[in-house]
Amino acid sequence: MKLQSRHLLGLEGVHKKDIMLILDTAISFKEVLERPIKKVPPLQGKTIVNLFFESSTRTRISFELAERRLSADVVNFTSVGSSVSKGETLKDTARNIEAMKIDMVVIRHASSGAPHFLTRVVKANVINAGDGAHEHPTQALLDMMTLREKYGKLEGLRVCIVGDILHSRVARSNIYGLKTMGVEVSVCGPATMIPRNIEALGVRVYHRLEDVIPQVDALNVLRIQLERQKSGLFPSLREYHRFFGVTKEKVDRAPKPITIMHPGPINRDVELSADLADGPHSVILEQVTNGEAVRMAVLYLLGTSN
Amino acid sequence: MKLHLKSGRLIDPAKGKDVVTDMLIVDGRIERIGQSLSADRSFETIDLKNKVIAPGFIDMHVHLREPGYEHKETIETGCASAAAGGFTAVCCMPNTNPTIDEESVARYVQEEGRRVTGGLVDVYPIAAATKGRKGEELAPMAELAKAGAVGFSDDGSPIASAELMRRVLEYSSMYGLPVIQHAEEQTLTKNGLMNEGFVATRLGMPGIPPIAEELMIERDIILLRYVPHSKYHVAHMSTAGSIECVRRAKVERLNITCEVAPHHFTLTDEAVESFDTNLKMNPPLRTKDDVQALKEALRDGTIDVIATDHAPHTIDDKEVEYAQAPFGIVGLETALGLSMTELVKKKYLTLNQLIEKLSINPRRILSLSLINIQEGETANLTIFDPEKEWMVDIQAFKSKSKNSPFHGRRLNGKAIGVINNGKVLFQ
Repeated sequence: MKLQSRHLLGLEGVHKKDIMLILDTAISFKEVLERPIKKVPPLQGKTIVNLFFESSTRTRISFELAERRLSADVVNFTSVGSSVSKGETLKDTARNIEAMKIDMVVIRHASSGAPHFLTRVVKANVINAGDGAHEHPTQALLDMMTLREKYGKLEGLRVCIVGDILHSRVARSNIYGLKTMGVEVSVCGPATMIPRNIEALGVRVYHRLEDVIPQVDALNVLRIQLERQKSGLFPSLREYHRFFGVTKEKVDRAPKPITIMHPGPINRDVELSADLADGPHSVILEQVTNGEAVRMAVLYLLGTSN
Repeated sequence: MKLHLKSGRLIDPAKGKDVVTDMLIVDGRIERIGQSLSADRSFETIDLKNKVIAPGFIDMHVHLREPGYEHKETIETGCASAAAGGFTAVCCMPNTNPTIDEESVARYVQEEGRRVTGGLVDVYPIAAATKGRKGEELAPMAELAKAGAVGFSDDGSPIASAELMRRVLEYSSMYGLPVIQHAEEQTLTKNGLMNEGFVATRLGMPGIPPIAEELMIERDIILLRYVPHSKYHVAHMSTAGSIECVRRAKVERLNITCEVAPHHFTLTDEAVESFDTNLKMNPPLRTKDDVQALKEALRDGTIDVIATDHAPHTIDDKEVEYAQAPFGIVGLETALGLSMTELVKKKYLTLNQLIEKLSINPRRILSLSLINIQEGETANLTIFDPEKEWMVDIQAFKSKSKNSPFHGRRLNGKAIGVINNGKVLFQ
């Protein structure tokens, strides 16, 4: 079995069959993670570079561990801010890396489309680890894996993504992936953080958590970036927490327990109350484990198909 | 040099003329116009059957980049690009370095244009409306007008202050020259990379809302109504809403004119999903509805002028992440082909109307004398093949820069030659 594309740039337009293949493959790799020796050989001899132009702890470590557990050789390149500010263009950086005979590139970049640009200048497989507010496909895949584990299937589930949808690549990848898998998707957040025409992606828009909570099986709560307040998108953290923060009090009004997801890192008691984050219906740490498995699956499927 | 232009279709909208004719040109002067003229062997005969002879085209919105950015374009390469595209005149925008906000720079670009083209392409400066294009103080507009400026603009930047815009309109009105506004309310466009709408939402790209353009035009119309003797021209219109603003103002008979760039009536924001930075321009590509409205506005005359906003950038400038790439594309060598293909072939414009928008209307707006195609006059002509099918090849561009999204596109209609001030260029 092979994926349609030799890159993973996003989930928009990715076929259901491919998503299933990744999720199924991830289940076997999750089993590897339970073993005392968490290492398998399929990417032996392959060299992977993690190109992180934006600060990231969790995604970078997750990718790196996934790569090492598949026996790949790993190089890390971290540059906070754009490559331009470092004096070297992304194209030059990429070409240099290519010259070092790299097989795969994992890229995180603040600019939407940077991974797509990369595919035009290098021959390696490119995996998008987050580009601007565009896509973060492995995050959405791990979210889907977590939901499928919990409910046994994805089709027919109802998921609401809560928070700053405008700036969120996690939201977009989730919308694309979940819609493909037959999940009913809604978004909830302040009107200033809902991008225009998002309804055209087939999602319902809510501005009151109270309205959406009774309608869903799971809430995927996004991190609120504190600097959005300064750019005038919301008035204060206190107000955000009161009206858009997911709290036990609000969730308890639902007819049945709601699964709580968060891509991390959490601002505790801002977008999500601590008791929910640590509560019985939180799958947040499960998401982290599944992130490993999903990334191993993606790396394996792309890295062994050439 | 003696030329015998044979059996060309002479279209001169200013005189309501559309005839198949011969023309004898001696040392740049039109000697004879008439059917089946005979000429001795000292004349070079050019068969123009099914080709059009028109008054020379002028592109009133060009970034020649010199002085200051000669790695992107020079007056020489920009004029060569203009001539190849069928233009005998260009207006250069003032965002050079130094900016065209004082006499010497205004004179330099004209003189350099004459020096490098020998007069084939006239270079007319559009001077800055404010010093350094900073939007703080008036530029010396009287001196600039005297030095040959044909209009005033802070292009690239809008004149944000309403108070200063009012003064610019008042002051420029003394010289009958237009104020050309890059209409953008910048508090609405911060960090914007493409049209705000469904495609930007899908791609997670910061948006440039159409209302940013419309709001500025509406404000300016209110100022224009208050300063009615000034002339106001909107650069590169891109939205249906902007057209509505201008249409209403024209009904009111205000001194308002506007232009559109070929890329805006050809492409939509959907193209941006390729993340090709040659689709990044300001104003951005808009939606299908906007494109349709622009074409209708060309047809009904709301849009007066086709101008390219020719904005050369090097490959290195453009081969970067979308967010880092500069705005703008080159346009001089594709303008006629795109206009013929998108507008004339698709019946939005007649050839007559197209020539008005490429030659007559911009000259009127800039208070330049109209080209007189008659015996005894200096020939200033654009000759083109309205049918010729060709493929855009950026490597063949005369422009120093190749930043065009139209590489590989099939177009109908191409310039064959230009004649101006005794200089002749045939391809």
